[in-house]
Amino acid sequence: MFLARPLFRLVPDDTKIPFMKGGKIGIAFSIFLSIASVVLAFYPGLEKGIDFRGGIVMEVRTPGPANIGALRDATGGLNLGDVGIQQFGDASTVLLRLPVQGDEAATQAAVNSVRATLETAAPGARILRTEAVGNTVSGELFMGSLIALGISMVAMMIYIWFRFEWQFAIGAIVTLLLETTKVVGFLAVTRIEFNLTTVAAVLTIIGFSVNDKVVVYDRMRENLRKFKTMPLRQLIDRSINETLNRTLGTSMTLLLSAMPLALFGGDALSGFAFTMVFGIVASTSSSIFIAAPILLFLGENKLRRGTEAAAPLTGRAATR
Amino acid sequence: MLYFARWKVAAIIGVILLGVLFSLPNVIPRSAMPSWLPARQISLGLDLRGGSYLLLEVDLDAVVKERLEGLADGARTRLRQAKVGYINLSTQPEQRRLSFRLRDPSQAEAAMAAMRELANPITTATGGTTPDLEVANNDGLISATLSEAALRERAAGAVEQSVEIVRRRIDQTGVSEALIARQGASRVLVQLPGVEDPNRIKELLGRTARMTFRLLDENASMQATTPPPGVEFLEGDQPGTRYPVRRRVEVDGANLTDARAGQNPQTGQWVVNFTFDSVGTRRFAEVTRQNVGRPFAVVLDNKVITAPNINEPITGGNGQISGNFNAQSANELAVLLRAGALPAPLTVVEERTVGPELGADAIRAGLISLAVGASFVFLYMGFAYGLFGWMANLALLVNLLLMAAALSLLEATLTLPGIAGVVLTLGTALDANILINERIREEVRAGRPPASALEAGFTKASGTILDSNLTNLIAMGVLYAMGSGPVRGFAVTVAIGTVVQMWTATTLVRLFVSWWYRARRPRTLPV
Repeated sequence: MFLARPLFRLVPDDTKIPFMKGGKIGIAFSIFLSIASVVLAFYPGLEKGIDFRGGIVMEVRTPGPANIGALRDATGGLNLGDVGIQQFGDASTVLLRLPVQGDEAATQAAVNSVRATLETAAPGARILRTEAVGNTVSGELFMGSLIALGISMVAMMIYIWFRFEWQFAIGAIVTLLLETTKVVGFLAVTRIEFNLTTVAAVLTIIGFSVNDKVVVYDRMRENLRKFKTMPLRQLIDRSINETLNRTLGTSMTLLLSAMPLALFGGDALSGFAFTMVFGIVASTSSSIFIAAPILLFLGENKLRRGTEAAAPLTGRAATR
Repeated sequence: MLYFARWKVAAIIGVILLGVLFSLPNVIPRSAMPSWLPARQISLGLDLRGGSYLLLEVDLDAVVKERLEGLADGARTRLRQAKVGYINLSTQPEQRRLSFRLRDPSQAEAAMAAMRELANPITTATGGTTPDLEVANNDGLISATLSEAALRERAAGAVEQSVEIVRRRIDQTGVSEALIARQGASRVLVQLPGVEDPNRIKELLGRTARMTFRLLDENASMQATTPPPGVEFLEGDQPGTRYPVRRRVEVDGANLTDARAGQNPQTGQWVVNFTFDSVGTRRFAEVTRQNVGRPFAVVLDNKVITAPNINEPITGGNGQISGNFNAQSANELAVLLRAGALPAPLTVVEERTVGPELGADAIRAGLISLAVGASFVFLYMGFAYGLFGWMANLALLVNLLLMAAALSLLEATLTLPGIAGVVLTLGTALDANILINERIREEVRAGRPPASALEAGFTKASGTILDSNLTNLIAMGVLYAMGSGPVRGFAVTVAIGTVVQMWTATTLVRLFVSWWYRARRPRTLPV
């Protein structure tokens, strides 16, 4: 049975790629990209979705192909600010976007007047979806999301600090910051809407990314015990090489499950899924090129001090 | 490790069978199911089945204002009784305060005592009670401030009561499976499955529907710019009409037990018939007996619906409101009166409505993604890891089954992001298997014989699996705690998937491997 044996390996066994050699360049490049991302996040800025900006979004399906010009004229006369109308999916579906209208009551009134206008401007049109978010709520959702991102990073740091030494925690959190900023840059460049779902994607990426780092760190810890005299640089390289197949393999299955979502998941999920795909690629490469070198710089003299530092680790490892 | 005790095998198979059992209600119609089967099932979120989600904000400022106005009325009466002269009695809602200046500063003690009598006791955290007013005298300026604790209690009470009234009103509309819950300090969340146009319900919730029966001040001049004390000018239902209505509430709509729309048999006009409870009946009888021949106003949300003259005492506790009604508005008012008044106005701060077509589209897109994702991942695992990969795939199917069972048991709501979570779980679920396989392979290459390599692979990898998967759980925990609605569905599915996969990878796959090993006794492992 030919299927019983593996047909291929992502990377050959016993690779001895000197990742640490590229460490400094990798980190420098990463920092550059992250700074560029942060700049992009402010200028031109993120495409904030209705969740965070407030306003009204309506998806409307007309009986025949939609006459966008007529709809624009009709809704433009309502004096509700800048009404954005675009085709959405097929020719008979349009998406209307209205800015937030003063207070909450005005927003509700605007929804009603648009509804009424549509009935006369496009008889037989059906409103498939209405979302109206007021100023207060959108502000809260935005703050809540930032807090969630912050809390998750701190939680990850504390977790790693508990399970490993503090150098590992610092390495992981710095890498996470570099990664998350790049995801934000990706959102700014691709104009993917920044909304609650995208934040969910970012949080998921944070979870998976740390998962990746933990596996590599776990191997370093094991090797620190196993090869007591090996220089840290060589040891880190060895650990990365040993776990390379796993790191890439897991990223592969994740990518294979996220890609169909991006391609077939529909408009509501594609932003989420593309963000995931980018995040997976970014976190995998940073697990290899960033997280480990940072550890090398932080732990040059400390992690290799001999048995003292390794003592608490062996105690735990023995239970395995 | 390759030996599994019989009871363990039985337990593993038992878990899988339970998984099948608990997932069944989702695919079999309830009528075709034997009654002993568990009936819990996964419900679809509003974004998938269509429906309306409303977030309502309770106007807490109005609650404070109302209490202060009540306090002002009470203060006028008490100060008159105590013969305390005052000027400039006014309320300052922003400072939660009522203040007035004494004509004679020596009466400060009497005035403060009168104000203290107006305080309501509130229960403190320690179980005692404390007055809700802080009365102070500043050089003849008496002020009564609502305390912070009182404000909190009032707010909490108002929100609780709003939830109850909203529930009653929505129940009256016949929307099934509506979910109404308190959210945060001042909000009410309403989920209305299947409601495509929530306008009718928004209108129903947009009215406080506080009804009061009050007397008119017949001597007041409507030309005056300010009404006499204790009287307010209110607009009538007909445009352009105004009435001088006494502030004193004779009978409150809260004392109604029933209200029904009906038609006057003589005129054919639409009316609302109502019935009072015993307190209301007594008060109503008393007032009508003492005021025969005078007009009596029915005030709804600060508008005079009607102000007929009292022809004779009404003692039976039944009455009729004949305003300018048609069938719909009479019915609506009856519904509102039956459900009771809201303690404060509600504003819609967030609305999300999805029609059923979009939901169906989303489900279809989700299923296609799931199918494509599953085949990609299956083929990859099979080709990259051979026999053990196929075993992992089998375990992945069990994983999906157990996820369905767990979601049914929790009666979780499946949302669009939730479906995305299921699809992503396909990817993450195999992480544990990959870790194990890579480990076994390393052990084989390190020269271990098959049995010992398998043993070492599973044991050494399980620590890493636990360590690394906890990070996913932390992230999902944060997402669940901070997220709302649909996003929570995502956190739930991914978290369940992560927990389930730890079990399937380390236990189920191990069982498969042990069966295979004992049947074949291979000399080399296919890794």
